[in-house]
Amino acid sequence: MAVDTAPSPARATTKNPVFSMSNDTKRGLKLVSPTLIFLFLALGIPIFALVTMSFWTQVGMNLTPGFTLDNYGVFFEKRIFRLVLLRSIENSALVALITVVLAYPAAYFVAFKVKRRKILWLILITLPFWTSYLLRIFAWKIILGYNGVINSGLISIGVIDEPLTFLLNNRQAVIITLAHAWAAFAILPIYVSLEKIDRSLLEASADLGENPLWSFLRVTLPLSMPGVIAAFLLVFIPTVGDYVTPNLVGGNNGVMIGNLVQTQFGRANNWPLGAAVSIISMTTVTVVVCVFLLLTYQLKKRLA
Amino acid sequence: MKIKNKKVPFSFTGSYTVIYLVFLYVPVLFLPLFSFNDAIYIAFPLKEFTLKWYEEMASNTALLNSLQNSIKVGVVVSIISTILGTMAAKAFTSYKIPYDRTLKSFIAIPLVIPLIILGVALLVVFSQANIQLSLITIGIGHIVICVPFSMLVMMSRLEGFDKGLEEAAQDLGETPWMTFWRVTFPLAFPGIVASLLLCFTISFDEFLLAFFLSSEESTLPLFIWTQLRFPTKLPSVLALGSCILLISIFVVIFAEWIRRIGLQSSESGNS
Repeated sequence: MAVDTAPSPARATTKNPVFSMSNDTKRGLKLVSPTLIFLFLALGIPIFALVTMSFWTQVGMNLTPGFTLDNYGVFFEKRIFRLVLLRSIENSALVALITVVLAYPAAYFVAFKVKRRKILWLILITLPFWTSYLLRIFAWKIILGYNGVINSGLISIGVIDEPLTFLLNNRQAVIITLAHAWAAFAILPIYVSLEKIDRSLLEASADLGENPLWSFLRVTLPLSMPGVIAAFLLVFIPTVGDYVTPNLVGGNNGVMIGNLVQTQFGRANNWPLGAAVSIISMTTVTVVVCVFLLLTYQLKKRLA
Repeated sequence: MKIKNKKVPFSFTGSYTVIYLVFLYVPVLFLPLFSFNDAIYIAFPLKEFTLKWYEEMASNTALLNSLQNSIKVGVVVSIISTILGTMAAKAFTSYKIPYDRTLKSFIAIPLVIPLIILGVALLVVFSQANIQLSLITIGIGHIVICVPFSMLVMMSRLEGFDKGLEEAAQDLGETPWMTFWRVTFPLAFPGIVASLLLCFTISFDEFLLAFFLSSEESTLPLFIWTQLRFPTKLPSVLALGSCILLISIFVVIFAEWIRRIGLQSSESGNS
């Protein structure tokens, strides 16, 4: 029955795919359409509205629709915006690099050295990340604070007399805290890519007399690069816009772009400027990610 | 613990992993440690052991109210996201859809844009459309970020299974609806549970979207955020954090148990 009604796949693909769909395709599209419609309404339209608003002006409580590039002008005139955006990107890139480097050996251990109950190890590693994100960040304020764990601990054993003030409210505090908070996001993609590597390649490399370090550098590491890149981006992209960490442990020197966006939508009450800052940040992040992917692609081609 | 095990010889990566685990666990374990400490200030040396912060937590109506809100939002968000994610995953794995790679990337966009951008974008739309901010607007934001996770979980579950089973059911005269309930659903079940748990956890812990999209009614992370500014409230917040950690551990173990049952059932189904 199904054979009579459905056109053969070959015929379906030669014609225009939208007008000569098989029943199968129609059913598939019907199934996926609620999700697409929802995301069009709750993701597509909001982003479009944000772009539109970035061309508006606001004086006090009065929003004036229109088309002006003034908000973008403000961004490029005021040094603080550029500096903070640049610093946010540096911070997040550093955080992503640190999390990847710290996670790699652990992922390697679980993928290659653990023979049984690998899932148990993965659960053990990711368990601390199931507490509240806010409290995980806050834990670092407890550790690094003026009366915090490190200071009170060092004072009570007599190493220092006065609390150290360089621990909290700066960039390093933001970077350490984020590197800890996002560690689990790095380990899983790296583990998956290591797990996929064909073990016979490693045996072949060993049989050909390569020492373990060489066969790691020439076989394992290149083959696990997709996981490393995914891990890097999974940490880099969300942390650029993080608001909580700079707010809790960053102080004045640790401000990141998320804090500036929030200020424009909150206290400063200039939504169009906030929208412009958001759009510029999103575009910059996208460009950085594309350049990063292009570079790694070029590198891969040259090595191959 | 693992190093002492005679079957596992000493290895560099193994001992590194143990140190790494210490780095991951120690900051988090300060939360339960100080939640039992009888002092308002969070500092060493430790004072007496006490449970009073837990009593204070349990009698805080604002806390219980926001906990209730978080559970409400989380349950609704996880159900709707899992339905949307499962439908998309089923469509992509079982049918040939034109431009499916583009459509998949579109659904995955929320994974790659910073949350703060999504938060302000939704805020702009809600305010322009005169939609009152409430738990519902928070929920809409949460569904946007949960759907891609649900779709990925369901796709990895559905990709594995044999399409022949569904065809066989249809050939034997089952209606499409009954085929779904009696063949597709049981096979997808472990994935559905995993997706529900994942989406619930994401929603339950989500702060930034809720921060932009809430009015008076707060969720648990919003409540915690307001408490972090008052030093005297901190110990009971730590007690709350410890409870969340403990419950999460149970949920993770439960999820793993369900996954194993799923693996066993699909293995016995194949043999």
